Order: sequence, then C-alpha cells, then structure tokens
Amino acid sequence: MINVLFFAQVRELLGTAKLGLEASEQTQTAEALRATLAATDEKWAKVLASDKLLVAVNQTISQWDTPIKDGDEVAFFPPVTGG
Amino acid sequence: MRLLPSVRVQVVDFSVADEYRQLAQDDSDGAVVTFVGKVRDFNDGALVSDLTLEHYPGMTETVLEQIVAEARSRWPLNKVTVIHRVGTMSLGEQIVFIGVTSAHRKAAFAACEFLIDFLKTKAPFWKLEAGEQGKNWVEAKDADEQAAKLWQA
Repeated sequence: MINVLFFAQVRELLGTAKLGLEASEQTQTAEALRATLAATDEKWAKVLASDKLLVAVNQTISQWDTPIKDGDEVAFFPPVTGG
Repeated sequence: MRLLPSVRVQVVDFSVADEYRQLAQDDSDGAVVTFVGKVRDFNDGALVSDLTLEHYPGMTETVLEQIVAEARSRWPLNKVTVIHRVGTMSLGEQIVFIGVTSAHRKAAFAACEFLIDFLKTKAPFWKLEAGEQGKNWVEAKDADEQAAKLWQA
C-alpha cells in the first residue's frame, strides 16, 4: 500500500487529505502515481496538472522520476509559504 | 530552566524573553541574534484579519533539523532555536522565532538570516489568509526563492 497525502490548497480542492493505493505498474514513479490519481476525474486531473505541484517521497521533496515502492509515503502539495 | 528542543512546531505562542534567556546563558557567546515573524495587516494589497498555518507533521520537523544542521556547518554557532507556530493566528500575533548565538556577531546575523530564508522556501508550511475578501492561500513569492538561492552562490 502506498500512503498518499495532500496538503493545503491541493487538499482543499480535492476534498481529500489522504488515501491508500495498492502499489502497481501504474504507480512506479511519482509521475506515474500523479497520472494515475489524475485519471480519477476532471477535478483531480485539473488540480494535479498544476506545474507548481510539488511531491515529497517519504518526507523528502523529490523529482517526478523518483521510484515509488510499496509502503512509501507520497505527498502532493503547492509551493511552501511558511515563515 | 527546562531545556526545550531547539526545533519546535507548536500551536501555542512563545515568549521572546524566555527564549532569549535560554539562548543567552553561555559566557562564551558574545552575540545573540533573534528574528520574530508576525501576522501583518496587508499582504499583496489585501487586508488580512487572521492567518491559519498548515504543515506536514513529521516532514516539517525533519526539514527544520536539516536547515539547522546546514547553518551549523556554515558558521560557528553555539545555540540555535527555531519555533514555528501552526493553527490560526490573529493580526499582530507571532508566527515564527529564530534565535542563534555565536562568539561573534557576523556569524550570528548571517546564520539567523540564512535560517529564515531557508525555512520560508524549504519547510512544508502553508498560509491560509482570511480577510475582507474571504479566505485565500498565500502564493509563494519569487523574492523568497531568490533570497534562499543567494546563499547557494
């Protein structure tokens, strides 16, 4: 199972904070996982298509070609605005 | 005084006086530099009444620890405290505290600025502003990204 998290505007627009997804051929990289989630419906496609979207794999900001394996935690969120 | 961890993410407010006392204990330090970030009345021309800070529990603390470690590798620092509040804060309230001590002021000033610049662009916090036009998520600023990049030169 891949533990998928969403934060801030991404979470709000999707109406989802987290979900679990079985690891498969469609979830082998962060980009593949994003494409799989974007296929849910039009809303998900639009929110996850943002070119500003960031991905963190196991709590580290990562590139889109980062491999994803069973048990990983993958988070999608917009650019950070703390401080 | 109770010794607190140097990196803290918390809902409750902090006391600059208490933090200063903890930072300023060592006689080997000639410099204590602190920074406090507050909720400001206007952002990009829109009136702000309060701010809600969301974060990524776990990753936030890890990133802040990494930023502190990076600062320690660049300058000879003694004590470092980073506090970031989460939840809803009203106009004028304190959001973030950075405090560093060193033998000399240059290292303390530089490290304090480095820490806030990196925190703003690397730590997973997000601001939701509430004002007369309703609620909106604060956009990341290019100027903040540029400020952080300057340290990489």
